[in-house]
Amino acid sequence: MNIINIEHIAKIYSVGNQEVQALRDVSLQINKNEYVAIMGPSGSGKSTLMNMLGCLDTPTHGKYEFKGQSVSEMSDNELAIIRNKEIGFVFQTFNLLARSDALHNVELPLIYAGITGHERKERARKALEEVGLGDRSHHKPNELSGGQRQRVAIARALVTRPAIILADEPTGNLDSKTGEEIMALFNEIHEMGNTVILVTHEEYIAQHAKRVIRIKDGLIESDEEIENRTLPKVKVNLT
Amino acid sequence: MKVLIYELKEAFLIALRAVRANKVRTILTTLGIVIGVASVVLMSTAIKGIDNSFEQGISSMGADVLYLDKWEWFSNTEWWKIRKRPNISMAEVEQFQQLSKLSAAVAPTLWSMETVKYQENSIENVFLCGTTAEYLETKNFTFENGRFFNEIESRGSRYVCVLGFEIAEGLFPRGNAVGKTVKISGLDFRVVGVLAKQGSFMLGSFNPDKRVFLPIGCIFKHYINSNVRSITIEIKAPNTGMVADVKEESIGIMRKIRGLKVGEDNNFSVNQQEGLQQNYNQTVGVIQIAGYLITGLSLFVGAIGIMNIMFVSVRERTKEIGIRKAIGAKRRTILSQFILESSMICLIGGFIGFIIAVLLSMLVNQWLPTSVQYDSVVVAIVISLLTGVFAGLAPAYQAAKLDPVEALRYE
Repeated sequence: MNIINIEHIAKIYSVGNQEVQALRDVSLQINKNEYVAIMGPSGSGKSTLMNMLGCLDTPTHGKYEFKGQSVSEMSDNELAIIRNKEIGFVFQTFNLLARSDALHNVELPLIYAGITGHERKERARKALEEVGLGDRSHHKPNELSGGQRQRVAIARALVTRPAIILADEPTGNLDSKTGEEIMALFNEIHEMGNTVILVTHEEYIAQHAKRVIRIKDGLIESDEEIENRTLPKVKVNLT
Repeated sequence: MKVLIYELKEAFLIALRAVRANKVRTILTTLGIVIGVASVVLMSTAIKGIDNSFEQGISSMGADVLYLDKWEWFSNTEWWKIRKRPNISMAEVEQFQQLSKLSAAVAPTLWSMETVKYQENSIENVFLCGTTAEYLETKNFTFENGRFFNEIESRGSRYVCVLGFEIAEGLFPRGNAVGKTVKISGLDFRVVGVLAKQGSFMLGSFNPDKRVFLPIGCIFKHYINSNVRSITIEIKAPNTGMVADVKEESIGIMRKIRGLKVGEDNNFSVNQQEGLQQNYNQTVGVIQIAGYLITGLSLFVGAIGIMNIMFVSVRERTKEIGIRKAIGAKRRTILSQFILESSMICLIGGFIGFIIAVLLSMLVNQWLPTSVQYDSVVVAIVISLLTGVFAGLAPAYQAAKLDPVEALRYE
């Protein structure tokens, strides 16, 4: 099934009185339970594409359909609902609320989804347990290691059971061993039936995915299956 | 509706977290509102207190009492013209009393400033009021002790007197003045009664609490001559509905006594407490408005402070707003979060300010009359809530319309 359908989208920013074409003409489809890496050097337009896929931004031209709904014509409010229900973000800098503990951070999307009381707490706790942080739920981000913080962010992304998990350089701020653990976690998440989109500029990270889309100068350079994908060396057990 | 309540509740909890997370800043910002609300509430209690005591004082003057006087209380006539009017004499008073049919009571009054002494206690510049026994009928006096002097005493100009509450308190700190003899500028007078406290801050020396009453004949004989100072005739109407008729009649009688021709101006005035009320409302009304404006200004300054902090707070938390938006917070969710945050700060400030105002007004009440209106709790809450919403609106709007991509990139 087709979750994301993008046809000929372009994004033009105006910086001062100069126009910058971040995306020129991009078309792609992503199906359910795919594991896709989007690669490209900085300035290639991959961040813009990620913002577009994540419904944080809308294209200047072209068609973007998310589960059959046209995102290009959505209002701010509708975009917020899509982001809340269908997209789980994982950022390079974790982007947790610094003053809130892990549990509250994971609860946050459920708050905006209108889920109340006991159910909300239970689901948040379960998501934290899934990423192996069941015993850290009352720790604040500054009391956690980088890897643990990223796990909290992953739990936050998973907790609403979104259609896609969108990870932007998820290992960028981590040492290689911790990065490896996080990649193993994404592998598990994918194997549980989730659709994972990974945005990275590092080849060895991209090699964990099953399909890699390369972006250059606002255009798709290549879009191919990975034959010998890297399987995680460490084993994580998702419960 | 259910969704709205849910959203408000969550926004409230989020706002509460933010308020608690920035304690020092919250306290400092709140201070502005504390001072603002405290001063507004304090001002309103002071105004209410002055109003109350004026009402009290004026009601002791009686709404149904006319004051026939040489002087006009509130007039545009030049004072030197009025000065040329003849004084009202005791002979005129007696004629007036005989001719007046509609009035319920007629009593002349003449005042003098004297020193009153009892043993080693002495009070200077006491407002001595000479009158007749009928005076009691024009007033709503109640007595702490004793009675007013009677007809025989007043006609015979006996050396008796009635003390106002504060005078009695000053001369007889241990109470029990009735039957004692006081010295009024050297002459002995027997105290026959002490008035109960009338309680009036506004009326100054008009306040019966600060007066001594004695038969008018004694004033003539020992203290002042009616050639020097005019008598005022107090005329009580049988009821308030009759005041206009009694006034009409009194003017007619006085013109007849004075032998004024048709077309000649009255060379006397008939005054009413109503004029006093109007005059009060005019002058005090202006002071009240000025007071509310000035204290309102301090509240406004407080609100600007909150607004300023909220702007800083939005700027500081740009990243947080970006995160919230990325994971699904809608514009109105962000908007209500920040408005609630500033309202909460204001509400806390308002509450503290109200308590401070109540405590202060209790303290001030030692010197000035204040009256804490307990419905001003509601006023304080409403004012601080409105201030909070007002101060939070612009910053919250700024936060709500932030672009999530930009906000996430903000460091």
